[in-house]
Amino acid sequence: MPLAIEVNGLRKAYNGAEVVKGIDLQVKKGELLALLGPNGAGKTTIVSMLSTLIKPDGGTALVAGYDAAAQAHEVRRNISLTGQFAALDEGLTGHQNIVMIARLYGYSSKNASVLADELIASFGLSDAKDRIVQTYSGGMRRRLDIIASVINQPEIIFLDEPTTGLDLQSRMQVWDVVRTLLKRGTTVLLTTQYLEEADQLADRIVIIDKGSIVAEGTPTQLKASTGGKTLSIQLQHQVNAIDIERLLASQHLTLLQNTDPLLLKIPVTEARCANQIIQLLLENDTPISHFSLSDPSMDEVFLTLLQSSSKEVVL
Amino acid sequence: MNKTNALPQTAPDHSLFVRQFKKPVSANALAAVRIFVWRTWKHTSNNLFAYGMDVVLSPVLTLLIFTYLFGGAIAGSTTAYLQYFLPGFLLLTILPMTVYSGTTLCQDIVKGVYNRFRTMPFWQPATMIGSVLMDSLRFASAALVSFGVGMLLGFRPEGGALGAMMALLYTVCFAFSVSWIFSMMGVLVKKPETVSGTSMMLMYPLLFASNILVDSDTMPDWMGVIVELNPVSIAATTARGLMHGTASSGEIAVGVGVCLFLLLLFVPLTIYIYMKKVR
Repeated sequence: MPLAIEVNGLRKAYNGAEVVKGIDLQVKKGELLALLGPNGAGKTTIVSMLSTLIKPDGGTALVAGYDAAAQAHEVRRNISLTGQFAALDEGLTGHQNIVMIARLYGYSSKNASVLADELIASFGLSDAKDRIVQTYSGGMRRRLDIIASVINQPEIIFLDEPTTGLDLQSRMQVWDVVRTLLKRGTTVLLTTQYLEEADQLADRIVIIDKGSIVAEGTPTQLKASTGGKTLSIQLQHQVNAIDIERLLASQHLTLLQNTDPLLLKIPVTEARCANQIIQLLLENDTPISHFSLSDPSMDEVFLTLLQSSSKEVVL
Repeated sequence: MNKTNALPQTAPDHSLFVRQFKKPVSANALAAVRIFVWRTWKHTSNNLFAYGMDVVLSPVLTLLIFTYLFGGAIAGSTTAYLQYFLPGFLLLTILPMTVYSGTTLCQDIVKGVYNRFRTMPFWQPATMIGSVLMDSLRFASAALVSFGVGMLLGFRPEGGALGAMMALLYTVCFAFSVSWIFSMMGVLVKKPETVSGTSMMLMYPLLFASNILVDSDTMPDWMGVIVELNPVSIAATTARGLMHGTASSGEIAVGVGVCLFLLLLFVPLTIYIYMKKVR
């Protein structure tokens, strides 16, 4: 499968503080890769470098086969970016915004206008098309921004936190649009803070934190590794962790590293597994004090992944 | 080169993205400038009320105040004062508007829309050139309004229609040149407020320590020298001379020279800084 984006050792520092610390990424043509991470993880910086907004300090980034640093103009022909904040002209109407972008891409003013009308209609914004963007809601702006991004039928679309700050309905609409893009064979690099969003849309997820890749894999792989749920078992007294690990391994389960020797954390995909694990441990005389089953929060996912990253999570 | 095939291609597989045109070649430099002129024009027409206030109401009010409040005191009669004052007044009303070129540019860059422009394949300086060109239309409208009201109040250009046209044209050219100073500031600084704040500090001494309002002959010698060296005075002298048909070729040359100097210095500088910013 040919690659749409190929990144090797990408680095960026601001005022001496390294925010992207040597990232390697491969995005296949037509797939959606989600960069998942908390605020300040370096997601936007990575997207900015790939979309020619800023220059990397080190490493290479090939986007649609061109070097993002040296061949910015060629890269720009093949990409579009929907940034974290809607990149719209607030003083123009929705329709005028789209006409402007379409004309810059080379459409005649007549075709630009027809195209704008049709795209705006298909995104359900027809009623608002002659209103100044300043009066638009967050969800409307986001949709208009995405229209602006799809005009030139780019090979690759960067979506930087496209649903941050949107209500549920608007979020679903954005997801629908993203799915349509994928159906048409567009390659999408999406950044998000929401595990659910990555889960819904991504072919592969790369989890980054503090400028480095913590884990990567398909949503299923990641869920299996970090657990759809986390089973926490409190022990009465310390036991040999190796024995427990071996026991779990026989059931294709892993024990997550953590600092508390009296606490076992085991990712499970469903509640039924938890029952089996408890039973298995009790049959082997594990001194269980109490246990609980909970959804891993985003923080816990990072925590678990960071804790196990010394072992290098290979998924 | 903007012609594209308008026929719809095969039916799309989804209700979104209704029709596809053949992917065209991106706008060339000239087309891009035209599109940005169009953009600024749409800004103006979407906001006609503010525009009207700007180019009609404020020049008219200022002209009335200066003529009737100060005219008698400065020149003995309002009509005599108007004959002296009006050509320079065109500058007094237009030059503060040149600051907008910088503030809007800065605002654009700070807000998200430039992030889109910067990831698009067209000649990037078009964004600035288009907007500053369109600003000149604002200058021209304000100059025409001021001139028209001046005529109503009794101003008569002694250089005739040709002289008046030349003077108006020169005034707009001078404002266009000055607007590049603020455009440069607009791409240089981080906040639009910095442009407006700094510009007021720069603009007011230049406007009032000039011969726009009062002939420099009436000032103490040392002040007169400073005032005569002020580029705004040079421009006002040129405009006055053109308007009344008294300008010597030397005066015209110096007046045009100031414009050229500003343009040759600040246009390349602005584009350079901007391109470095967007690389």
